[in-house]
Amino acid sequence: MPAYVLRRLLVSALILLGVSLITFFLLYVLPADPVRQIAGRSATTATVESIRRELGLDQPFLIQYGHYLAGLLQGDLGRSYLQKTEVATLIASRLPATLLLMVGAIFCELALGLSMGIAAALLRGRVADQALMMASFVTVSAPQFVVGLLMLYVFAVKLGWFPIGGYGTFLHLVLPALTLGILGSGWYSRMMRSSMIDVLRADYIRTARAKGLGRARVVLRHALPNAILPVIAMIGIDIGIFMGGIVVVESVFGWPGIGQLAWQAIQRVDIPIIMGVTLVSAIAIVLGNLLADLVAPFIDPRIRLK
Amino acid sequence: MKKLLASTALLLALTLPALAEEYTPDPNAKQGGVMLMTYKDDVATLDPAIGYDWQNWSMIRSLFDGLMDYVPGTTDLRLGLAESFEISDDGLSYVFKLRPGVKFHNGREMTAEDVKYSLDRVTLPATQSPGSGFFSMIKGYDAMVGGTATSLEGVTVVDPLTVKIELSRPDATFLHVMAINFSSVVPKEAVEAAAGDFGKMPVGTGAFKMTEWTLGQRLVFARNPDYWRAGEPYLDGVTFEFGQEPVVSLLRLQNGEIDIPGDGIPPAKFTEVMDDPAQKAMVVQGDVLHTGYITMNVTAAPFDKVEVRRAVNMAINKTRIVQVINNRAAPATQPLPPAMPGYTADYAGYPYDVEGAKKLLAEAGFPDGFETDLYVVNTDPNPRIAQAIQQDLAAIGITVNLQSLAAPNVIEAGGAGTAPMVWSGGLAWVADFPDPSNFFGPILGCAGAEPGGWNWAKYCNPDLDKAAVAADSMSDPAKLAERLKAWSDIYMKVMEDAPWAPVFNDQRFTMRGARMGGEGALYVDPIATVNFDYVYVK
Repeated sequence: MPAYVLRRLLVSALILLGVSLITFFLLYVLPADPVRQIAGRSATTATVESIRRELGLDQPFLIQYGHYLAGLLQGDLGRSYLQKTEVATLIASRLPATLLLMVGAIFCELALGLSMGIAAALLRGRVADQALMMASFVTVSAPQFVVGLLMLYVFAVKLGWFPIGGYGTFLHLVLPALTLGILGSGWYSRMMRSSMIDVLRADYIRTARAKGLGRARVVLRHALPNAILPVIAMIGIDIGIFMGGIVVVESVFGWPGIGQLAWQAIQRVDIPIIMGVTLVSAIAIVLGNLLADLVAPFIDPRIRLK
Repeated sequence: MKKLLASTALLLALTLPALAEEYTPDPNAKQGGVMLMTYKDDVATLDPAIGYDWQNWSMIRSLFDGLMDYVPGTTDLRLGLAESFEISDDGLSYVFKLRPGVKFHNGREMTAEDVKYSLDRVTLPATQSPGSGFFSMIKGYDAMVGGTATSLEGVTVVDPLTVKIELSRPDATFLHVMAINFSSVVPKEAVEAAAGDFGKMPVGTGAFKMTEWTLGQRLVFARNPDYWRAGEPYLDGVTFEFGQEPVVSLLRLQNGEIDIPGDGIPPAKFTEVMDDPAQKAMVVQGDVLHTGYITMNVTAAPFDKVEVRRAVNMAINKTRIVQVINNRAAPATQPLPPAMPGYTADYAGYPYDVEGAKKLLAEAGFPDGFETDLYVVNTDPNPRIAQAIQQDLAAIGITVNLQSLAAPNVIEAGGAGTAPMVWSGGLAWVADFPDPSNFFGPILGCAGAEPGGWNWAKYCNPDLDKAAVAADSMSDPAKLAERLKAWSDIYMKVMEDAPWAPVFNDQRFTMRGARMGGEGALYVDPIATVNFDYVYVK
């Protein structure tokens, strides 16, 4: 096990290195000059060149990347071109909001997805089952900005149940978390349904029924705990999907997380922030996957880590 | 016209040490209350040497002061931290007497050393200030930018309350430069204590001081009790909330929850707002020193022919384009906006004349027109405006392919000279200070025509460059009319060569809640956008 973890961590480091190289290269070849953005329209050529020198952007690609990497190894993500603040500080100040949103979203997708999946499994083959599975299709394919705007319009503007975007209270969290959660709930409901159907066919369930246990007890005590385990292991992998969704959802709801930070930085060609947010997202995804793999053997002893 | 007269008064004032009269305060103004303003995006920085966008410009103005200032709601210069100044006869030396007893937000008294430090800081390459170029007339500027000096040779501390600034050339715009945000006086110890983060921990001498900034969420300004202008500001504080979509802000304004939607009226809601008397009552309209224009790259065919460029000028139906943006602008005739001194009021611009334009094209050797690219920023309403231009040009046989891209990409293509035509919307020139020279150098002068410059027409007329330098050297009050005429002539010559097709001059529309007081001009201040120092709660 420790050897496995060590190997996986090494592989993770290589993945992050790859991500940083690719992102850095893409930003390097971008047909937009960050120095022009910083220098503004009134800058003289001399001013522009002096800023380019200050930022080291007059250096060849590999040297620029080398400098970035050297900083990175010391935990230095650089400073924002336009805000001049350390990228690590900016990300740290916004990470709690994103984590809160993620927790809320995971709760929503589990609550929605699992209950839909269980209901569909128990009502297998009936109209309700088909309706639920159809609903899961819709939620998986609905674009998040559409769902988000629709939620805002209906529940905040028309009904006035929730604040119209923003951050601060539990009520602010509900709509963005639900928007993110709805997408995931579709996947979870389908997985939960098939897992539950498998378990309900198992011998021990038949035994439980034969003992004369009530339907509720069979489902809740015997079937659910076994059926839910493989589904739970999915959460780690889910983080990647979340990272993609937060940029959209945070912007729609004015949620002050790293997704919003990334969106603003992209508009301003603020390369150090784009790099920083990309790396933090990559780390989250890599760790999420690792966690999912590490948890798997505990959930299902038949799985062995090699 | 009233605006024009006001601006002319400014130029008179500019050249005379006796400046515009002090502001007459609103008799109904009273102190108290906190104003709530919303924005979609967080503020990038509050460092006066760095901040250069429409959002932080007004905030920085209320946290900091420079030697010079403007009368609220106007483009008229008045004294700021300087109590008085003297200009030498040759226009090369300015001696500023500072007001005694002005305190920074950290409690320390401001001195001439701080003025020198601030000007050195903004011109040091390490600061990476986008405003550095404004100070190029100060003696020793080139050595600063070249990295061979760390202090401006031309700025001398005479005594704790006197600073002398020597110029390398007479420059009639110098007092304006002393009034822009980049000239704000900052305390060295606070900049150093912030360790590179002064933009998040600003300390100035301004009417407000920053008391809280929760990144991405809210920013709080509180009244500076030690402010040197007695009785000001009126508000106890200003709170900015971030992360609010413009449409959401509008709803909150209607509910009375906020006082000003910082991002203005969303374009899609403009007609609805103007048609509803209750909402329209909250709208304030004002002039912006702005011109929206189409550039044509004069260095490459087919726009190397002046007939073609004139034909484009005649083919554009400006009135219709103004309608496309719900009349939020007025048709433009020349590069300068009407509110700017030097504007040629009796010049009507190129007429809208499709037949005449076709004739010019035929004369230039393009009887059947040609195909070209128009670069445009991909945010509303610019693509819609570009489509209108596309239709207008199609009428004279020019097939325009729209290249709708993100702002940095359009700037890059314009700077590199690969864009035959650029629609300036979303990037358009808004004057940094109210002086005709401000519309020339970087966007119509030879310096800006270099690769990467903002002169996307690549128009370089050495004679006009010389004329511009000559005009800006006229800091002698007796030559005021001559200077204004010189600038007017320069822009008329530009129109003759037609590197641009000026399309419209923006009007600023904003909204304020019913409880906010103060004349409308304070909410659409041509210099400060919103003048926080003088608005008040009724």
